[in-house]
Amino acid sequence: MKTRFLIPFALFLVLVVFLGIGLTLDPREVPSPLIDKEAPAFDLPTLHNPAATFTPKDMEGKVWLLNVWASWCTSCRAEHLVVTDLAKTGEVEIVGLNYKDQPVDALSWLDRLGNPYVASVSDLHGRAGLDWGVYGVPETFVIDQKGIIRYKQIGPVTDEAISEKILPLVRQLKGEAS
Amino acid sequence: MSRWFGVLLIVFSTALHARIETHIFATPEDEARYQTLTEELRCLVCQNQNLADSNAELAQDLRRQAYEMVQAGKSNDEIVAYMVQRYGDFVLYRPPFRPATMLLWIGPFAILGIGVAFLLGYIRRRAKEQSPELSAEELARAERLLKQTRKENPL
Repeated sequence: MKTRFLIPFALFLVLVVFLGIGLTLDPREVPSPLIDKEAPAFDLPTLHNPAATFTPKDMEGKVWLLNVWASWCTSCRAEHLVVTDLAKTGEVEIVGLNYKDQPVDALSWLDRLGNPYVASVSDLHGRAGLDWGVYGVPETFVIDQKGIIRYKQIGPVTDEAISEKILPLVRQLKGEAS
Repeated sequence: MSRWFGVLLIVFSTALHARIETHIFATPEDEARYQTLTEELRCLVCQNQNLADSNAELAQDLRRQAYEMVQAGKSNDEIVAYMVQRYGDFVLYRPPFRPATMLLWIGPFAILGIGVAFLLGYIRRRAKEQSPELSAEELARAERLLKQTRKENPL
């Protein structure tokens, strides 16, 4: 008879466990359907030379990062230091996708804060961003030698994300090819 | 003078209109399609709003995209597929029925079913406890008692 009163308590515990798990999840991180799919193509002018264009095909055969940023994005500024450090290690080439930003603003930002990118692309109207499923800057994609997106970092790249996810993945992908 | 005022009015009224995105559609059907689509697609930035209600920049971009695709004569399915391909099932306020979304669709009904089953069980148990079947002997005794009271207290 006494065990009957444990039923609501058990249900309560189940609820607590579920809500507890819910607390550890970030609803802003919407899993991208583009993981393990081919990187969407684009052909956009580069920031430094609008006459020249960049397309993801240019990076074929390399493991690379696409970092989506904008000069109007505050968390990009903090992220910039981390991205610069990563570029300095020389482990991976990073391409910057300047998302819905004025090229003048973007260039002056790079002049002031340093340019960690092997190439910077200007996505003035956010069309490429739309194709890549970008919904909040900054976002960073890891793309393998075959042009397949393998990982997406939503929000700023942190030292933790680099040492725990991005660099191990980059090394693993490089190993897969050789 | 008033003519110039009129011209000014027209100029400023269009400027105001431009702020609240007026889309011009070829047919009323297209417009209705656009309305349904933007109401059923979810904004990823303000996650509890649909594209029609959200003021986020991304929502504006996606509205523009939806508008252009409606204008280009794309079907609703094509437009929805375009969004899902880029943003996943998350953009749908009506997610498709799949193993992964099974719990979402069936869960509430399952819980309701369990609740109803419990309730019925409980009611049946209570009913049994409160009105136990009377044996023939008990019924006869009750009859006797009733008769006796009627005799003692005639109306």
